[in-house]
Amino acid sequence: MLASLAFWAFSGVAILSALMVVIARNPVRSVLFLILAFFSAAGLFVLLGAEFLAMLLIVVYVGAVAVLFLFVVMMLDVDFTELKQGFLEYAPLGAIVALILAIELAMIGLTWRASEQAEALRAAVMPDGVSNIEALGVILYDDYVYFFQASGLVLLVAMIGAIVLTLRHKPHVKRQSVSAQVGRRREDAVELVDVKPGQGIGE
Amino acid sequence: MMEVGLGHYLAVAAILFTIGVFGIFVNRKNVIVILMSVELILLSVNVNLVAFSSFLGDLAGQVFALFVLTVAAAEAAVGLAILVVYFRNRGDISVEGVNLMKG
Repeated sequence: MLASLAFWAFSGVAILSALMVVIARNPVRSVLFLILAFFSAAGLFVLLGAEFLAMLLIVVYVGAVAVLFLFVVMMLDVDFTELKQGFLEYAPLGAIVALILAIELAMIGLTWRASEQAEALRAAVMPDGVSNIEALGVILYDDYVYFFQASGLVLLVAMIGAIVLTLRHKPHVKRQSVSAQVGRRREDAVELVDVKPGQGIGE
Repeated sequence: MMEVGLGHYLAVAAILFTIGVFGIFVNRKNVIVILMSVELILLSVNVNLVAFSSFLGDLAGQVFALFVLTVAAAEAAVGLAILVVYFRNRGDISVEGVNLMKG
């Protein structure tokens, strides 16, 4: 009873905030509604018994991705008034495509049914008496260890890519050049001049 | 209050997916909201995976939801980096001018 009430609350908030992400006039509000949508989805995950993924959704999405979005939205000096131009122009097309997609998904959902062998074909059966995070850790580092390494590589490549894309060297900024400093020798910097009395240094 | 089953979760995921696709079509002036719509679509996929995993008793779905989460984070980082470079070059974030990069 309480669980189904929580389901309706979480799913309703998730759908409404997702809608607000799309139609909000101000991108900052869109990001905040995105955070709300992720929180509600994390609630749905808890209801489904996937506690680890729920916490991960909050840590990764709310803690990292949404804050990154917020940074970019606030950093870019965008004119908010002209951002929504063309909204009404494209809304009918978007609504038609979304409606067709929704009808197709509904058709799949209404005609679909699980195979009789579905229970037998399970790849990693949930063990009894073990918490979700422990069971997940066992199969993640056991059966799916190569996938796990590959996802680490994906994150590494994404990090390098993001740094390379946004790094820029301004031409008029003085920077420390360590190799030039270390490679400097006495002959480059000091000159011994034999000064004759009463004449000073010429030139 | 009726009993919540697999179909309810799939319906929520389908609605989130549709909203995400609608968002991509509607926001022609704002690439940031398009990226957020892509995040919504990936979130709906994750809801699908976790719902099937939970109702079928198969943990593999949750593992793959984890990988989808990873790829989504990487995609957001690279997408926002491209967006920042694009804004530096053009001064706005409208999708209509993206073809200026045509060779």
